Amino acid sequence: MTHLDILTFARGSALNWALMVFVAGVTLRLFEILGFGRKADLAKPRAPRVGSGWRTMFTRSLPEPGILRRDPVTYISGYVFHSGLFLSLFFFGPHIAFFRSMTGLSWPGLPTALTDAAAVAAIVALVVLLAHRLNNPVKRMLSGIGDYVAWTATLLPLLTGYMAYHHLLIEYTLMLALHLFSVELLLVVLPFSKLLHSFTLFISRWYNGDAFARKGVAS
Amino acid sequence: MKQAAPPDTIPGTVGEGLAQHGISRRDFLQFCTSLAAMLALPPAMASVMAEAISRAKRQSVIWLSFQECTGCTESITRSHSPTLESLMFDMISLDYHHTLQAASGEAAEHARMQAMKDNEGKYLVIVDGSIPMGNPGYSAIAGISNHDMLVETAKGAAAIVAVGTCAAHGGIPHADPNPTGAVPVSEIVKDKPIINVPGCPPIPVVMTGVLAHFLTFGGIPELDDLGRPKSFYGDTIHDRCYRRPFYDQGKFAETFDDEGARQGWCLFKLGCKGPVTYNACATAKWNDGTSFPIQSGHGCIGCSEPNFWDAGPFYKPLSTPVSATPAMLAAAAAAGVAAGVAITWHNRSTKARANAEHAKVTTQDLKREEK
Repeated sequence: MTHLDILTFARGSALNWALMVFVAGVTLRLFEILGFGRKADLAKPRAPRVGSGWRTMFTRSLPEPGILRRDPVTYISGYVFHSGLFLSLFFFGPHIAFFRSMTGLSWPGLPTALTDAAAVAAIVALVVLLAHRLNNPVKRMLSGIGDYVAWTATLLPLLTGYMAYHHLLIEYTLMLALHLFSVELLLVVLPFSKLLHSFTLFISRWYNGDAFARKGVAS
Repeated sequence: MKQAAPPDTIPGTVGEGLAQHGISRRDFLQFCTSLAAMLALPPAMASVMAEAISRAKRQSVIWLSFQECTGCTESITRSHSPTLESLMFDMISLDYHHTLQAASGEAAEHARMQAMKDNEGKYLVIVDGSIPMGNPGYSAIAGISNHDMLVETAKGAAAIVAVGTCAAHGGIPHADPNPTGAVPVSEIVKDKPIINVPGCPPIPVVMTGVLAHFLTFGGIPELDDLGRPKSFYGDTIHDRCYRRPFYDQGKFAETFDDEGARQGWCLFKLGCKGPVTYNACATAKWNDGTSFPIQSGHGCIGCSEPNFWDAGPFYKPLSTPVSATPAMLAAAAAAGVAAGVAITWHNRSTKARANAEHAKVTTQDLKREEK
């Protein structure tokens, strides 16, 4: 089996199954979560709640006063990681081609120097966050195997993508195949791990914002 | 205007052949300089190469054509007019070649046997085309199957050059479902050095460079793990492509006739396989250095890579799925919805059952306990 054969398998059957598990898994989990429902709140709202849920979806991305002093590592690294991942995932030309093939949507990309820098920033931030998780006694105690699996599944696509682009360690075609395999691992793990927050994040923020507004603390 | 022939022309040598064709020492040195550069040799090696080649006896070559389209021969004889191919044929004694030889039938086979006998252990075998391992009748010459002819001819060869993707990797005949059971040379000959020069067709100067290396150094050039000369197949087309800066700037042609295509932007999104194709097209180019497919506005199809024919559609970008479709994802989403509904029903049933089984405590009960 040549490197090109491995790449063809990674782009073919392996990717098909990973994408199907991903789509079915995310749909299933969202149905499961939303299907639980909530008990009707019969109390009279304390304050008008119009738009509070929607506002909270965005205001929760802004720094809470004092958080930079309390936990600068988590806050800054978290921000850098998510920004780096967002830029390298959605603005690298070949990635845009992937999204276009699946959705028909396309948008302008960024120069590879920028997406490359974003990927490096995301990788560094992930390493810092892991070191912090291991060194901070509270974080370490709260961490379970799921946290480390999620960290690994997130790091691998970034790392292999960076190494493929820079032709590091092994031959490009094989590294590109490894990059795709790592993406497929992420696609399979995502719906059944904490990484599902990439979908549930805004739902839970809306719910919290709306519920708090009823209690008189609208955002 | 051709200059005087090289002074040191020894009968039977390449030098004599060059002199007979009126090729000057200056022309020949120029040719060797370009070859040395192609082979990644130091510039000083050009004169060494010229000296060695002109003194070398014309190399006996037996060219075997099996399951092929004659594109490889066409490529070598019809490009770089008039110097390269004529120089190559001046360097060698082409003792057997179906397409180019005048003899036919028994006489042609006799020429092959005679060359094998006269140059035992020294002749080069060039193969283009794959070898069918199914019914021998799929491809036979003078009643001899391709397999038997290759085994017989390779026995006394110094080395074998597998020219073209069919001979090097199986090529199009080897593509799924491979009806003739086609295999490359390397799956049959195991005891001789094999130089793979893949490409559909291969670049002529690569062929000439391999021969020049053999004549100069008496051996084969450094090969990679797929048996290809590293000097020609060491880099991907993408890494040497003149459109690479556009890739780095994020500028891509989205269709073959959009503004990006007219501006000469990167063809990655139109399915170019340059990033995973190792060949010298972007540097050596074709037709006397005139152009190569990407320069002509079409992406690389990766024709020099093993199994390129089965490596997904030519017009799908490398970063996209080979066969996944939105319909497939819609089916997966439908399955997810069905499973989600089933789980929700199960969860709600469990909750309802728990509620039903829950023993209600009234204020009366609490008051009774207080007493």
